[in-house]
Amino acid sequence: MVQDTMAQSLHGIPINAYLTLSAVLFSIGVLGVLYRRNIIVIFMCIELMLNAVNLLLAAFGAFRGDSNGQIFVFFIMAVAAAEVAVGLAILVMIYRNTRSTDIDSLSKLKW
Amino acid sequence: MTLYIFYFLSFLAVLSAFMVVYSKNPVHSVLYLIVTFFSIAGHYILLNAQFLAAVHVIVYAGAIMVLFLYVIMMLNLNTDTEAQKSNYLKLAATVAGGIFMIVMIGSLKGVEKIENLGTSNQNAGLIKNLGQVLYNDYMLPFEMASILFLAAMVGAVMLGKNELK
Repeated sequence: MVQDTMAQSLHGIPINAYLTLSAVLFSIGVLGVLYRRNIIVIFMCIELMLNAVNLLLAAFGAFRGDSNGQIFVFFIMAVAAAEVAVGLAILVMIYRNTRSTDIDSLSKLKW
Repeated sequence: MTLYIFYFLSFLAVLSAFMVVYSKNPVHSVLYLIVTFFSIAGHYILLNAQFLAAVHVIVYAGAIMVLFLYVIMMLNLNTDTEAQKSNYLKLAATVAGGIFMIVMIGSLKGVEKIENLGTSNQNAGLIKNLGQVLYNDYMLPFEMASILFLAAMVGAVMLGKNELK
């Protein structure tokens, strides 16, 4: 019975709604990367973009009735966890060398 | 009813995502990002992906956000006085992000409505079925993930070491 109501809820929400929501969340992530100078906040916005794409993948999987999409989201989460661990270690090392988390302090490669 | 839940969760996710970008204090950004992650977990539950919702809360809100908070507090960044971009750059960033959003949404307008195929098993998101698929079809990637974690752990420790030459 619970499964029946959940199936109808899936019918009630069109896939276009999930497409739009994911696009908006992804755009906010892009906006954050462009807008902020703090490396940590930029990193969080990258996580936000990753989550928007994950949500869309899960939505497509649910609409196709396919559990492979959810497995892929699971693996993406595993990769994201590893990425965050290494990224934050790099960030701490940057802070140790430059004494700031300003992205503009890393301009040595600038021509 | 579920449509209202969907709209509420979407509104909450988008609003707190905006607050992640626009709040001055990095700690507030982290807290708003946690709200966003919880609302995305609610979306997973709406999508019949209960296991995914649980894993999402555990991994993101439980592990990744704690790491972010830990780094922010270790580096003592709990201030409102961080460097901001100039107003022109902020305006340019907002315009560029807005145009990107318009292009993304506009490109989705022509998408025909994807039909639910009807062959779907509604139990696809339950832990029993996911476990069957994960340990039968995706056995090798599952084991490779452990190697990935080992490499990430070694990399993080090596990067975090103080006297690395």
